[in-house]
Amino acid sequence: MAINQLSVFVENKKGTILTITRAIANAGVDIRALSVADTQDFGILRLIVSDTEKAKAALHEENCVVSLTQVIAVSVSDVPGGLHQVLEYLAEADINVEYVYAFITVSGKHAYVVLRVEDNDKASELLASKGIELVTEADIQAL
Amino acid sequence: MSKYYQEAIETASREQIKQWQDERLVATVKRVYENVEYYRKKMDEAGVTPDDIKSADDLHKLPFLTKADLRDAYPYGLMAAPLEDCVRIQSTSGTTGKRVVAFYTQHDVDLWEDCCARAIMAVGGTKEDVCQVCYGYGLFTGGPGLNGGSHKVGCLTLPMSSGNTERQLQFMTDLGATILCCTPSYAAYLTESIYEKGLRDQIKLKAGIFGAEAWTEEMRHDIEEKLGIKAYDIYGLTEISGPGVSFECEAQTGMHINEDHFIAEIIDPETGEVLPEGSKGELVFTSITKEAFPLIRYRTRDICVLSREKCPCGRTHVKMSKPMGRSDDMLIIRGVNVFPSQIEMVLLNKGLTSNYQIVVDRANNSDSIEVLVEMTPELFSDTVNELNVKEKEITEALKSVLGIYAKVRIVEPKSIVRSEGKAVRVIDKRNLYKQ
Ligand SMILES: [Zn+2]
Repeated sequence: MAINQLSVFVENKKGTILTITRAIANAGVDIRALSVADTQDFGILRLIVSDTEKAKAALHEENCVVSLTQVIAVSVSDVPGGLHQVLEYLAEADINVEYVYAFITVSGKHAYVVLRVEDNDKASELLASKGIELVTEADIQAL
Repeated sequence: MSKYYQEAIETASREQIKQWQDERLVATVKRVYENVEYYRKKMDEAGVTPDDIKSADDLHKLPFLTKADLRDAYPYGLMAAPLEDCVRIQSTSGTTGKRVVAFYTQHDVDLWEDCCARAIMAVGGTKEDVCQVCYGYGLFTGGPGLNGGSHKVGCLTLPMSSGNTERQLQFMTDLGATILCCTPSYAAYLTESIYEKGLRDQIKLKAGIFGAEAWTEEMRHDIEEKLGIKAYDIYGLTEISGPGVSFECEAQTGMHINEDHFIAEIIDPETGEVLPEGSKGELVFTSITKEAFPLIRYRTRDICVLSREKCPCGRTHVKMSKPMGRSDDMLIIRGVNVFPSQIEMVLLNKGLTSNYQIVVDRANNSDSIEVLVEMTPELFSDTVNELNVKEKEITEALKSVLGIYAKVRIVEPKSIVRSEGKAVRVIDKRNLYKQ
């Protein structure tokens, strides 16, 4: 049960992220979550948006290099140890997590956490079996 | 103590030099026509026979030789002596990664070292001197050439090769080096290190012979002032022997070309026409004493001017100016020849067809080269790790082809500026060629 994430190549220079957020805003697409991984020279901007295809097209217009990545998202209770439990399950099953970032939902009772793992199906199955609630594309749209 | 290594030759009359050139050119042309198929074919195609070459005045009738010819003929196609008579090779990078290899008989090595010895004595070198050679040793001609010249003069020779500044400075101070041979940028770097370590008082240098790359008068004055030495230029190409094809004398107003071994011409790089004395154009060399690898009308791609004005040093051989530019796109980075086409090949081999740009700069007296590559969907990856790995792969591929480190930086698509729609492949911020 994976959801769509857009990954965009950005250089570490002034105004780059602004160009991207502007393009997405102008396309009438909402950004649900955003994270940046960066090095000295470049970064990768990762986005969960309300309309992936529309955002992707808008970014192409801006000459951005964009890739579509399948990630999984889980809903964890907004209490201490909530995320830790999820990561522990994955570690026990030897599923490698490339990166992780979170976004708070409006209700404030639980957080959505995005996980990039080696094997989405295996991770989804495992987490579901442990009673972790997986977030669907529909949940994202509904936010 | 003479300031000449071979006084009779170095101060010979113009008539004498002309006579040597006439005889030796005629003999060389005859020899390559008879022994080297590559030359014979080239001359036949141009409709010239050895009989047409009666003196150096007929040189212009012969076809040019270019780096592409050397590549075509690689490795043995231009050999004019039996392989068993050869004792050495030296090599330089070519345009497509294939190297250019030059062969030497013992006689060739001797004459080359004589040329270097002339250069060392022209800067005041004698057998009392301690000559520190920090050009690279090995396939590069810088180290072996100056090393041999230093032996011939009788200097105590320190065969340091390049790099390891710590050790360079230790030998320089402990053994009291008086002559320093290296690239001008390394000389500037050593100068800085000497000041940083507070060693200025322990330096006994009196002269430096700095070549293998372009440098400015400002750089010369800076090094001279800081080290209290005289800094001299030296010129050469591996293809036609190595350093010492020409060298600067005490006048420091151009480099005397060893005309008993090489005939120099200045041509229009567009038309190939020989230009009148004093014109600026591309330097062309013909070697007239080499046994193994004589080159006839080899185009150096260096732009310069020749001058036969009387030199106060007493040498009568023609002087060439510092190269003022190139008639091709070759870059010299830390003494290493780099062609943009080599970089393009590496990128293509890695499947990168996107726009790229080469940025050359000089900071702290050391050249740096950065290759900007525009990001493509194929190259892109969602994780930093994978992108770092890809960057590193390109860096390593470049290193193995160029022989030097070039920083690779992946940039956003369409971010490399195009000039009137045309990609600007090279930006050289060093401004080495002042007109
Ligand atoms: Zn002179």
